[in-house]
Amino acid sequence: MPDDTTTAKAADPALVHAVNVHKSFHGNEVLKGIDLDVRRGEVVVLLGPSGSGKTTFLRCINQLESIDGGRIWVDGELMGYADKGGTLHRLTDRQIAAQRRDIGMCFQRFNLFPHKTALENIMEAPVHVKGQSREQARVRGMELLERVGLKDRPSAYPAQLSGGQQQRVAIARALAMDPKLMLFDEPTSALDPELVGEVLDVMRGLARTGMTMIVVTHEMGFARDVADEVVFMDGGVVVEQGAPRAVIDNPQHQRTRNFLRRMRAEQEEFVHAAAALADIPVPDPGAGGAAR
Amino acid sequence: MSTTSTQDRPGPIKARPVPHPGRWVALAVIAVVAAMMLSSFLTNPRWNFPFALQVMNYKPVLNGLLKGTIIGTVGSMVIGIAIGVIVGVMRLSTNPVLRGVSFLYTWFFRGIPRLVLMGILGSGLGFLYPKFDIGPLPFSQQLAHALGLHGDLTIFTLNVNQFSSTIIMGIVGLGLSEGAYMAEIARAGILSVDPGQNEAAQALGMAPGKTMRRIVLPQAMRVIVPPTGNETIAMVKDTSLLSALPLITELYFQTNAVGTRTLQIMPTYVAATAWYLIICSVLMVGQSYLEKYFGRGFGAPSKKAQQKLTKIGADH
Repeated sequence: MPDDTTTAKAADPALVHAVNVHKSFHGNEVLKGIDLDVRRGEVVVLLGPSGSGKTTFLRCINQLESIDGGRIWVDGELMGYADKGGTLHRLTDRQIAAQRRDIGMCFQRFNLFPHKTALENIMEAPVHVKGQSREQARVRGMELLERVGLKDRPSAYPAQLSGGQQQRVAIARALAMDPKLMLFDEPTSALDPELVGEVLDVMRGLARTGMTMIVVTHEMGFARDVADEVVFMDGGVVVEQGAPRAVIDNPQHQRTRNFLRRMRAEQEEFVHAAAALADIPVPDPGAGGAAR
Repeated sequence: MSTTSTQDRPGPIKARPVPHPGRWVALAVIAVVAAMMLSSFLTNPRWNFPFALQVMNYKPVLNGLLKGTIIGTVGSMVIGIAIGVIVGVMRLSTNPVLRGVSFLYTWFFRGIPRLVLMGILGSGLGFLYPKFDIGPLPFSQQLAHALGLHGDLTIFTLNVNQFSSTIIMGIVGLGLSEGAYMAEIARAGILSVDPGQNEAAQALGMAPGKTMRRIVLPQAMRVIVPPTGNETIAMVKDTSLLSALPLITELYFQTNAVGTRTLQIMPTYVAATAWYLIICSVLMVGQSYLEKYFGRGFGAPSKKAQQKLTKIGADH
């Protein structure tokens, strides 16, 4: 869905504009000055070893974590603070909640509301945050369920759905708020390998509609096919960034190369193990994208 | 990835079950003991069950059961749960003043025995403050005096002694005490909810108060309901403390009064016990319905729900 309502703001190409973001947990500096611009309609994949700060950075964008230094703007709006004549004032929880309405997020552990059905999960925010009528929200909810391939499961509780189905409901729930930006925090890491594809397919479809997305993932195939830009983080800094071909196939930094080599080794091991189980000849891993 | 054709699939196993001789021995022992008890119930005339039944249906006893025990339980649990949820949420607040207040509340009301509390509210409060003057401002009387006004700005006056020995004071007292216990139960329930639920609601732009009401508390209820059932059943029995207010329209006081008057002490205890057991049984049925309601979406679906799912071919 191309965004045509914000033509005035569309003049500014950057939807997310992060400058020198710092964040510490109990004296342990996790983000050491992150700069990142994400343009409208762009898909950015954050790669990096665990502990590199990519998930923390993602959570800082929608203020699930407050930042200690730097600034983050989303659609021209400074996140978490009001700048009154050069002095920053921390926003109230209520004001921060209002800022999050345009930013969807999907979690590694799905975090669906277990006491509500799939459809009720999707309707919750439109009805109780945006104030839409239940009927309107129901119609839109069914549309979204159809879009993620679950139109026959509206009244299933999360515990009755597989992991992949739960994550697809979670994506539909985030989309119900008509976000300008979608954040994905390792959306397939908690899934059994055979369920990863169905979630990635939904995300691919979403990218095709022009949704601006920031995705933390270890899925190299997705990064290569879908991302407009890949950002490699390590130790709380951006080590290198650029087009997926450039970063993944021709990394300039040793740290990026080490990480990619490790990822490839894991994926090849997986392919070999799967092939051995299925008793088929091992295909040539090609340019490293064989796991998908 | 083994293959099994339908032809060599074996039929259901026909095997002898594990023998359980212990069960049969236990059953025999229990049967003998039960028969002995029943025989003594029937042959010992001192039980005097017909008289106990008469006491159960005696008008003042029924009056005490309804106006003291049942209304007292319902009223004090409603107040107790309301206070408990508020104080429990306050205890987890980011506001240090609210946290402190809720800690003090729990510390005080959990610390004093209900019997003592009944005495304080029934006699002590009316002695200290025979009248409560309710004014529009704090320190209304002092303010009126300082300004030299004729009246004392009182809007209305509450005569405490009129209330001190009524069920209203009893409900307030037991409710205040119950609130302290319920606060801890509510706090435990809230803490049992996955923090990811809070984050998911926040990420959707839901404000903190609404997140608590719509997402966290409904899930916390699953943990809160069973101990609340416990508390309710304990409260049924604690309404017998109302007699310390003193309030005599209450089940145990009334059965006891019959006992001392007729010298048939034991049958009146039987009557009281029977009524307490009946009320608690009814409450247990209610609790199991509540647990089912708040447990929706958790664990295995009920048999009925499963049949429904199979019928529409929605399970797999």
